[in-house]
Formats: sequence, C-alpha cells, structure tokens
Amino acid sequence: MSHDANTVPSQSRSTGFSVAGLLKSPLALPLIGLIVVSVLMGFASDNFFSVNNLLNVLRQVSIVGIIAVGMTFVILTGGIDLSVGAVMALAGTISAGLMVNFGMPGIVGLLAGLVIGVLLGLFNGVLVAWGRMPAIIVTLATMGMARGFGLLYSGGYPISGLPGWISWFGIGRIGIIPVPVILMFVIYALAWVLLQRTPFGRHVYAIGGNELAAKLSGVKTQRVKLAVYGISGLTSAFAAIVLTGRLMSGQPNAGVGFELDAIAAVVLGGTAIAGGRGLILGTLIGAILLGILNNGLNLMGINPYLQDVIKGAIILLAIYIGREW
Amino acid sequence: MLELQGIRKSFGKIEVLHGVNLSIRGGEVHALLGENGAGKSTLMKILSGILQPTAGKIVLDGTERHFADYDAAIAAGIGIVFQEFSLIPYLTAVENMFLAREMKTRLGLLDRRAMTARAREILAMLDVDLPLDVPISRLSVAEQQFVEIAKALSLDARILVLDEPTATLTPSEVEHLFKVMRQLRLNGVAIVFISHHLEEIFEICDRITVLRDGEFIGDCAVSDTDTDRLVEMMVGRRIENSFPEKPAIPADAPVVLDCEEVQLRKGGPVSSFRLRAGEILGFAGLVGSGRTETALAMLGAHPSVRCKVLVDGAETRFREPAEGLAHGIGLLPESRKEQGLITSFPILQNISINNYGKYRKNHWFIDMKQELAATEEAMAQVRVKAQGPHARVDTLSGGNQQKVVIARWLNHQMKVLIFDEPTRGIDVGAKAEIYALMREFTAKGYSIIMISSELPEVIGMSDRVCVFRSGGIVATVEGDQITSEQIMTHATTGRVQNVA
Repeated sequence: MSHDANTVPSQSRSTGFSVAGLLKSPLALPLIGLIVVSVLMGFASDNFFSVNNLLNVLRQVSIVGIIAVGMTFVILTGGIDLSVGAVMALAGTISAGLMVNFGMPGIVGLLAGLVIGVLLGLFNGVLVAWGRMPAIIVTLATMGMARGFGLLYSGGYPISGLPGWISWFGIGRIGIIPVPVILMFVIYALAWVLLQRTPFGRHVYAIGGNELAAKLSGVKTQRVKLAVYGISGLTSAFAAIVLTGRLMSGQPNAGVGFELDAIAAVVLGGTAIAGGRGLILGTLIGAILLGILNNGLNLMGINPYLQDVIKGAIILLAIYIGREW
Repeated sequence: MLELQGIRKSFGKIEVLHGVNLSIRGGEVHALLGENGAGKSTLMKILSGILQPTAGKIVLDGTERHFADYDAAIAAGIGIVFQEFSLIPYLTAVENMFLAREMKTRLGLLDRRAMTARAREILAMLDVDLPLDVPISRLSVAEQQFVEIAKALSLDARILVLDEPTATLTPSEVEHLFKVMRQLRLNGVAIVFISHHLEEIFEICDRITVLRDGEFIGDCAVSDTDTDRLVEMMVGRRIENSFPEKPAIPADAPVVLDCEEVQLRKGGPVSSFRLRAGEILGFAGLVGSGRTETALAMLGAHPSVRCKVLVDGAETRFREPAEGLAHGIGLLPESRKEQGLITSFPILQNISINNYGKYRKNHWFIDMKQELAATEEAMAQVRVKAQGPHARVDTLSGGNQQKVVIARWLNHQMKVLIFDEPTRGIDVGAKAEIYALMREFTAKGYSIIMISSELPEVIGMSDRVCVFRSGGIVATVEGDQITSEQIMTHATTGRVQNVA
C-alpha cells in the first residue's frame, strides 16, 4: 500500500514504505496506542486474542464506528455534531414505527430512516452554514428535539415486531464476518475515497484549515458545510439500521452519549478538533481502540463504574501524548 | 546603553543569525533594517527574552545580562510592541494597560481610579488623547498602537522596540506616531524602529543597523548615508528602477468589467469604474477609504446596498467569490496568512484548491497526476522558489507565498485579477518580481485591479488610478496626472457625493 494514499493533503510525500515515514504519519500514534492496548489486554486475558473475541469487538464497535465517520467529516471542517445519537434513535424509531404501525414493507421503513437522518443533518447544516449559528448550539438543540420526537412518537417504549430479515443487519454473518462489521468497513472505504480522492474532500480539509481563504479562493463553503452535516445525519441513520437489526426493535432511548464516544474516536484517531487535519482511517483505529478498552476491561471483570474512569483517563493520556506529535 | 554583541542563533542545525551586533544609545531612535528573513524579528525576540541566543552577549548599562524569559526583559526595562498587537479587544485601554498587574485597593478590589489616573498620566506624556472607557476594538489601529506603547511605558520601559509600527497606519497617523516617538526621545527612551519605508527612517531615525540573511552588514548615522546606499546594504546589490515599462493601452480597448454602481452603506457614496482589457487600474486612498471593501463587495464577499456589475457587457451580481471565479474574476487578498493561504495544505493543494473542476477523472474523482503536473507548471510560470510542490507554505518567504496565491488563478480562463496590497510584507527583490509578473499577465490579456497603500507602487504600476475617500471614488486620474501630489490631494481632500 502506498503511503501517499493514506495521507491527508497536508502530509509531505514519501515514496514507498519506510519506518521513518510511518512514524511521521498522523496514523502512527493511534496505531501505537492500538497495539499497546491490545498487547496489555492480551496479557490480562487469555481470551482476548481469540478470533471470536476480536470479531466480537469489531461488531460492538460498529455502531459508534459508523457514526464516527460522519463526525469526522464535520470535525474536519472545524464543526461538531452533538445530535448523532439522538438522530440515530429517532431514525430507528420512525423506521420501526412505519413497518409495525403502518404496515409498510421493511425496505421502505429502512429507506425512510435514512431519509430522516439526512434531513436532520441538512437541518443542522442550513442553520450552521446560512444561519451562521455555532455548530455546538445548533446540534445541541437538534439533539434535544430529535430525542423528544422519538419519545413522543413511541411513548417511550421500544417498537418491536419487525420482519425477521431485518436482524441480518445486526447479527447476520457473511462467512464468519458479522454483517455490521462489513457495513462499517464499506462505509469507511467510501468515506476515504470521498475525502482523499474527490474535490469535495479537499474542500472539507480546506475549510477546516482556513475557511476565509477557502471562500475567497472560490470554494463554495456553505454548500460544503451543508453536505458534511448531511453526511453525519446519513451515517447516524446507517448506525440506526444496524442497531434496529441487532435489537429487532426501534429504540427511542438508544444512543445516549454516543456523540461523545464518536467524538472520542475521532480525536483518538488523530484528527484535530479545530479541523483541517486528520484521517478517516485514524477514526477507525480510534473507534476500535475504544472498543478494545471496553471489551478488555469487561473480560478482566473490572467494575463498570471504574471502567468509565479508566477510559476517561486513557483518552486524556492519549491526547496529551499526541498534542505535539 | 544597550549592546548586543556577536549574537548567534540556531534552530536545530540551521543558523539564522551569524554573529549580529546592535548598539543602542540612550535617547536615540535606531532603525533596524533588512529584507524579510534578514533576522530582525529573531534578534528582537532574543532581546526580549522570548528566544535564547546560541552564542553572544547582551550588555545593558555595562553589565552582561541574561533574559531567561519575556518577563525578565520587561523587568530590565525593555518593551516591545509587536506587529500583531497583544491587546484584548473587549477590554478598555486602561484594563489592557494593567492586565495581570492590576492595581488593587486595600480590600483587594480593582482600584480603577488609580489605574485610570496612571493611564491618563502616561498618555498625557505621549500627548495622546483617546477614550479610556470603551473596548479597544472600537479604537483605530493607531490608537491601539498608542495603548501598546503606553502599556510598555507603564512598565518603565527605557528601550522600546516598535516592530513595523507604520505598516497599517495612514499618513496622518504616522505623523502622530512620529510626534510621540520624538516626545519619547526627549524623555530619554531609546527606540528600536523596524520599518520597510526608507523615507520614514530618514525622517525619524538617528542611527541605522542593517542586517542581511542573518549577517550584520553595518551600522551608521542616518546623516552619513542615503537611500541608494541603504538599499545596496540591504540587498547586496543595486536595484534599478523596479517597475516594468507601462505599455500603451489602446483607447478603444474593450471594457471587460463595468462596475456601474457600488454603494457600500446606506446614504454613502456610489462609485463606478470601468476596467479595460490589458490595463492595471490602481485603487489608491488611505486605509479605511473603502478600496478593499468596494472590490470585495463586487465579488459578493462584503455587504453592499447596491452593486451593479457588467462583465463583458452582461449584467451579473455575485453572491459569493465562487461566482466571481466562474466569471473569470479572481481575488488575491491583502492578508496572505488569514485570507489567502491554507497553511495546513502544502503548496500543491494551495494552488489547486479552486482548480479541481479541471483535474477530474471519471467525473467524480481528482486526477492527481494532472493536478501535480499543472501545479508544477503554474509554479514554474510564476517562479515559486521552494523545494517542490509538497513543501509547506508556512516555510516560504512572503514573496513566494504571494506567488503561490497568484499561481492559484493561472489555470483558469481568468479575465480580471484583483491584487489587494500585492507586495505588503515582501522584500525589495521579490517586489520587482511580482511587478514583472503583473505586467506579464496584462500582456497576456488579463486586466488587473491593484489596491495599494504604497504610492510609489500605485504610480509606478497603474495605467489609471481611482482615488478613494470616505467609502467612494472621488477621482480617476490617468497618464501624466498620476503623481503623488494629485493622488494625495484627492485622497485627503476629495469630496464624495452621498446618495440616499
């Protein structure tokens, strides 16, 4: 794999594979973190390195991992999207409701969920790009409204009774690989192409690097911002499909705090919270790193309350080490 | 009073100062002169304790000193007013002056009365009158600078470093600054004055130290030298007239851009101008006279009440610069760092950022080979000096950064380029190159609007000049009429017609 292919536009080119080149890559630190944590977990638990457990980790990671894709786009432009967890819950609830209460075919319900996610994302995008409101406030408000609508619609109860095949998205396997894991990898691959190989991707990085300069040189900054929030809504809705498939119900209460896990994955993956620098592959590594922590600490039988403390401390440590990498 | 002897400074393996001397006497204004990158800023950072020298001595009043940090230098009586001010925009002048060393009453509360009194005292000494109770952001740039100077004096500075203080001032504000500087000199304060304007140095300075490429070239009294010799010391060679010849523009050259009316604010003046093919139209006027705003309004990057523009005879209204680009009008903004460059991108993407329409494969994707080839060609065309297209833009000199921004527009079918302060912060040699490039462009059929605060540049480059005052064009001069007297008269006394 050529090194150049993985770098953000900001990285200088190094031809071919070299250790020095790899160390300079913004992926180096997340990768080292992933290896260190994996080795530690391997020592602490005999089970950790079994194929089954590793696949299990990936499956557990898939939902937040998919959400973190959209979050990466948003953060790269210098924005933030706090509404992702609530959007996922609303999209899942409505699409389940359409299937169960309105008797619509499953495929229509799933597509409707995706549409809802995109619309909510575009709503955020319009307010941020044209309304010139701070993203953190806009998406905080959307988060509240989306959560509220989901609860209103469902009365607070899960909506179950979905067609059986929906479960394929949550617990199905192709060969030994869980379907959600395949979905996640496909979405990351698409995001990589979008960010590294299309003009749109360059414009995303440019806006995060210097929005005014990008605008004055002729980048349609408002449209690009609209699009990144739309993408974030879309990936949240994809995550909703996986979640619905796994639980076989629409869950209005699902995804509380997922926005924070997604942000953590993005930042652990080496993306600058101010935007302009970062890699989608880093986010994948960040999400898996979080998943391994969860899984390993569970296998070790550590008190769940203490697990939160440990995870928080590790995130702080990682950002501290990475701040001037 | 102050001696810097044999100062050397290395960053890693690269030595940027090779044994520089600077000797300042009490109560003198001392010019520190050199092209960009000559080492002036590094030397001043060493003087103020921000950087530590690799070798060399700092001797103050006969004793050798080491300034471990900025605070130590301040304590020794050294004050610096940086190019970018370190004022908090939402605080008042008094609050800024006493930031982090506020005077307190016995109860530990802010002693606002004492601080205001002390601030008044210092400003009175400078013979400056400015409002003390409004946020700094509402003061003019010059007034903010006086607050910075007053802040340094409130710390008992005996040596004051002014880093390009006149770069953003209008001529009358510069006069006021000089008056303040003379007052300080009478009070025995030594001033290190950094400026690219030689005429200012002859007006205000007593002695001069010249640096070039981190080398100490020499020092002398202002009375013992002249402009030619200083320029030669700075660049190491004599520079001939740096402006290229003005070609004859045919009187019937087609009008590419006809700006029928632009009104920036309600009740303000309405401006109109025409840009002909192949000409350079200068926008002159004082800072704040509406030159940049008018150009930006035309492109939809600045609010306007009215804006009617004909491109090649067809009426258009741009909502954002991207639409200007689509019609062949490009902007090179005045602040490269804030408005021009995307510093997280290398040269390559900085140039190709608005060109992706051209390098496509399979419609959706970037053709990276073509992108690289076209960028290298554009870099060669404007003669960017850099390691290659993957070099970081923040490592380039001002002149090369400007060329990168210029190169961005070369792969388009451009008709009009708007250069806003094309040579600000660029050294003498690179200026000549930028001028030559501008004429190369007009020879190829581009038309240029050049906004500039430097009169020699306006006079030397423009085929016609629109003079701005109070938000509108007060006069358009051409041919023999383009003289500094004409332009300054219009810029300072011209009448605008306000339209409701």
